[in-house]
Amino acid sequence: MLKDLLIILISSSLVSNVVLSQFLGLCPFLGVSRKTNTASGMGVAVIFVITLASAVAGVIYKYVLVPLDITYLQTIVFILVIAALVQFVEMFLKKFMPALYEALGVYLPLITTNCAVLGVALTNVQKNYGILAGVVNGFATAVGFTISIIILAGIREKMEYNDIPESFKGMPIVLITAGLMAIAFCGFSGLL
Amino acid sequence: MNDIKERLVNGLIKENPTFVLMLGMCPTLAVTTSAMNGLGMGLTTMVVLALSNAFISLLRNIIPDKVRIPAFIVIIASFVTIVELLLEGFIPSLYDALGIYIPLIVVNCIILGRAESYASKNPVIPSLFDGIGMGLGFSFALTCIGAVRELIGAGTLFGLHIMPESYIPCTIFIMAPGAFFVLAMLTAIQNKIKLIGEKKGKDMSKIQSGCGNDCLNCSDSGCTKRFYDEKAQEPKTRRIKGEEEKEHA
Repeated sequence: MLKDLLIILISSSLVSNVVLSQFLGLCPFLGVSRKTNTASGMGVAVIFVITLASAVAGVIYKYVLVPLDITYLQTIVFILVIAALVQFVEMFLKKFMPALYEALGVYLPLITTNCAVLGVALTNVQKNYGILAGVVNGFATAVGFTISIIILAGIREKMEYNDIPESFKGMPIVLITAGLMAIAFCGFSGLL
Repeated sequence: MNDIKERLVNGLIKENPTFVLMLGMCPTLAVTTSAMNGLGMGLTTMVVLALSNAFISLLRNIIPDKVRIPAFIVIIASFVTIVELLLEGFIPSLYDALGIYIPLIVVNCIILGRAESYASKNPVIPSLFDGIGMGLGFSFALTCIGAVRELIGAGTLFGLHIMPESYIPCTIFIMAPGAFFVLAMLTAIQNKIKLIGEKKGKDMSKIQSGCGNDCLNCSDSGCTKRFYDEKAQEPKTRRIKGEEEKEHA
């Protein structure tokens, strides 16, 4: 059991990295990776939301959708649950944990339609993960996201001072960096 | 009739969602391992886009302004579910190839973007054709990217051998890194065109070149934060925006 969870942890965070091999959550990956501190803020917010969302989605799938035999509604239900959850988390943090809200608040709305959140919820169902395995998978996926966004932000900070051809300034050079990172992450496939 | 033609041309060329607006990048990179997959994904998205645009346009006077985003999402998700079930039943090979990216059409920002910026303000027929035009533009772009990746990465095109026997396929292009490289080249070309255009004094502001650089300070079209921010904004500013767009058209 523990071994299975460990395998999920490694494979979701490193081997099949959510951004670099599954292409989910690309928008924040490219959009919020200018500075390492904002990137890490985004990463923490994503870990928080995805872990919570995969738990809630798992519970709803197992105790509502399956008993009622309406699993075909999963896409609709999951997207609504996620949107509501993000709103709720935002209100909750604002009210009860203002310090945390200060730190994560700006990133929360960006996550609402982040495809990684829905992607994780759907993968959990597709791979028949139980609730615990689903939460571990969600957490690991989000950690993978955080690792890659922080690495990219670090590289981008260095790149500020480099001389880049005019037409490669901005997005193109970032995408090439991401491609090189993806090659590096391919190396992890030997881990399992 | 003119209106319809204008919408189709707009989606295919002037505001091509991938090449000009740079929207919906996740599926663009993920499923373009071959031209066929790209085409399949593009057409699937087109169906959803056209139907949801038409439906949202029908309901545009009924949906209250405050809950319009959740309402749009429910409508889009319903159509995605329908299309997903149809694909599973009738084209299982495509269903298997696209996998999780079919339900993820829901969060494709092209669809919500069109619902918000066009379908919720315009009559049914133009909205329907706006969806078809945008969908065609998306399919065209995905097929092109898929074709390039398939040709370099496997030496084939739509499954047919094109390259000579002696060509050694550069497999990395159909793997994940290749997607980033192809998109990087694409945005670089886009930047180049933009630079040339600006030198000639043309208005190139429509070309997004990959969603600016900074989500936190961004107010660009199609971006997640825009939808959220607009909810908080007064309806008045939105209406002015809409009128501007109509004048533009």
